[in-house]
Amino acid sequence: MNSNPLAIDVKNLSKSFAGKQVIKDVSIQVPRGKIFGFLGPNGSGKTTTIRLICGLLTANSGSGTCLGYDIFNNSENIRAKTGYMTQKFSFWEDLTIKENIEFVADMYSIKNSQERVEEAIHNLGLKDRENQLAGKLSGGWKQRLALAACILHKPDLLLLDEPTAGVDPKARRDFWDEIHKLAAQGLTVLVSTHYMDEAERCNEIIYIANGQIVTKGTISEVIAASGLYTAVVKGSNLNYLRNTLEKDSRLASVAPFGDSLHVCAQNKEALESAIGPYVNNSEYSWTYETASMEDAFIHFMSQAEKKRKVSK
Amino acid sequence: MINLSHQRIFAILKKEFLQLLRDITTLRIMIMIPILQLLLFGFAINSDPKNMPTVVLSKENSNITRSIVSSMITSKYFEISQDINSVKEANFLLKQREIIFIVNIPKNFTRDLLRGDKPKLLIEADATDPIAIAGPLAAIKTILNRAIEKELQGVTDLKSNNPNNFELRIHRKYNPEGFSRYNIVPGLIAIVLTVTGVMMTALSLTREKERSTMENLLAMPVKPLEVMIGKVLPYIIIGYIQASIIIATAHFLFTVPIMGNLLLLGFGLLIFLLCNLALGFTLSAGAQSQMQAMQMSFFLMLPSILLSGFMFPFLGMPKWAQVLGSLLPSTYFIRIVRGIMLKGANFYEILPNIYPLFIFLIVITFIAMKIYKKTLD
Ligand SMILES: Nc1ncnc2c1ncn2[C@@H]1O[C@H](COP(=O)(O)OP(=O)(O)O)[C@@H](O)[C@H]1O
Ligand SMILES: [Mg+2]
Repeated sequence: MNSNPLAIDVKNLSKSFAGKQVIKDVSIQVPRGKIFGFLGPNGSGKTTTIRLICGLLTANSGSGTCLGYDIFNNSENIRAKTGYMTQKFSFWEDLTIKENIEFVADMYSIKNSQERVEEAIHNLGLKDRENQLAGKLSGGWKQRLALAACILHKPDLLLLDEPTAGVDPKARRDFWDEIHKLAAQGLTVLVSTHYMDEAERCNEIIYIANGQIVTKGTISEVIAASGLYTAVVKGSNLNYLRNTLEKDSRLASVAPFGDSLHVCAQNKEALESAIGPYVNNSEYSWTYETASMEDAFIHFMSQAEKKRKVSK
Repeated sequence: MINLSHQRIFAILKKEFLQLLRDITTLRIMIMIPILQLLLFGFAINSDPKNMPTVVLSKENSNITRSIVSSMITSKYFEISQDINSVKEANFLLKQREIIFIVNIPKNFTRDLLRGDKPKLLIEADATDPIAIAGPLAAIKTILNRAIEKELQGVTDLKSNNPNNFELRIHRKYNPEGFSRYNIVPGLIAIVLTVTGVMMTALSLTREKERSTMENLLAMPVKPLEVMIGKVLPYIIIGYIQASIIIATAHFLFTVPIMGNLLLLGFGLLIFLLCNLALGFTLSAGAQSQMQAMQMSFFLMLPSILLSGFMFPFLGMPKWAQVLGSLLPSTYFIRIVRGIMLKGANFYEILPNIYPLFIFLIVITFIAMKIYKKTLD
């Protein structure tokens, strides 16, 4: 039963809410021990997909297994071996840190739970605050508590839904170090995020928009898949340039990055002809670069936006 | 379903307890509700047996009969409804407990009185609350004699004017349900426990939905029945506290008797509490917010008051109302408490009202398990 080398193996999942289809033919394969990033704009269906995978929602159609168990008939087994960290903090704010962890330990029928609870609190570095109510913790600490609680039962799969939203950079880095440590021990991770630097720390990424997977693969594969040609321009009065170029239909995207502007197009000719009038302008200095991942994502996002408007 | 885990049940139980203890406001409300209710209704228990609704059915309209009516009114024991003349209507009202007494004055009462034929005067009384009617019945003979005496003065010789010149018959009718003014206590326990019991479990589940902790709970390998048991048990203790407050206040403040065994009452209470808590659990499956859960529980209050035999005698209700009433746990519980507290009923006497509660409990638990959503769909 557990011979499937894929921790997550779902095919053509679709899900509608009240007649509105929010997930369309989503297929995801995640090998064991890998960290997969799940990206996409708000409302694109990341949370819904994660819930479908762990059996918290039932797909209208499609098929699949998670940890070798069927997602439709065997969600009990999936739950027992999966740690799911919800997008919104979902531990009990009127229980203390220790009580929350003890509760989780009991829910997963952990033997000698007291030891494990002590260990988890110690690892969290919350020994001196274990009797504080969870609701009183700051965002970063809540997220750490949630992670500690999710991995308490030593799951085989971690589903993390925007775990670092609203968390400071230092805490984010610590969090990701922890994730990598866990993956090294064989844990499979699917993590949704909006942060590029986090996407870069994943083995592979999946990009979803409007409930459909737009692209997936390693970072370089995703950038290549975008087929973008990028020119980077620096200089004064970039705002004017941005406003004019944004109206140019030959370009895929125009986005400011710090003191520069990234101008992207689907092919070389389009890019060259669009920026042609400004290339020799001494006010600007131009360089051709390979598209960054952010360019790719902004491109995917605006494409999805256009598509959505057309379908409306 | 079979492999329930003690560890998980105990964990949920502990969690509910901790949350309950930290929610002082709710706890305070749960304790205050029964006290307030009892104080509000207390006047009804303590009401002085005066102005008891009475109908006089007189087949004769004479000075004597008019005098009888006015003496009864001045005695303050009776409040006479003048506009009811038919036997049928009066009997119906007596059954409904709208009136307590019917005074029947026969045809030719004055003539027979004067002839010394000892006419019969019949009083029908709702005697299910013997304490309440004792006063008026003790006084009625004197009241009647005085009225007759006054009218006969000078009309006839003093010889015929003796206390035994008519026969007073008192017909005590027992309402089969043994309704008494103390009935307010069983009724109150039932209503308070229904509303708060249903509300507390319903709230404890919808709170999880509102705070999105439900998603977390559902993601854990805990079985619905385990959640239900763990969530219900703490409120049994609260229910016992509430019932004890009502019974103690009723007994010590309003001198309501406790004739039967309190342990037996505790047993009946347990099943009744379970019924309500399971009902709350079931209802909360359909509620998305705590507000909705609250409304649902208050919605239950009305039938529990009106159809359970608390306000109106059960057997006096129309058929459809009896059918609806017999679906309510309160209906049986009120009979159990009434039986044990006011009549000293033993286990076998309350059994006919225990087993419907058992059936209700099993059915409602089954429904709860069926509709408890294991997913967020
Ligand atoms: N329970 C639900 N009922 C109705 N619509 C829902 C529900 N959950 C999600 N949706 C809709 O599905 C879409 C995808 O939502 P979600 O999966 O939360 O996106 P993401 O996590 O990527 O932001 C959104 O349009 C959202 O409004
Ligand atoms: Mg989301």
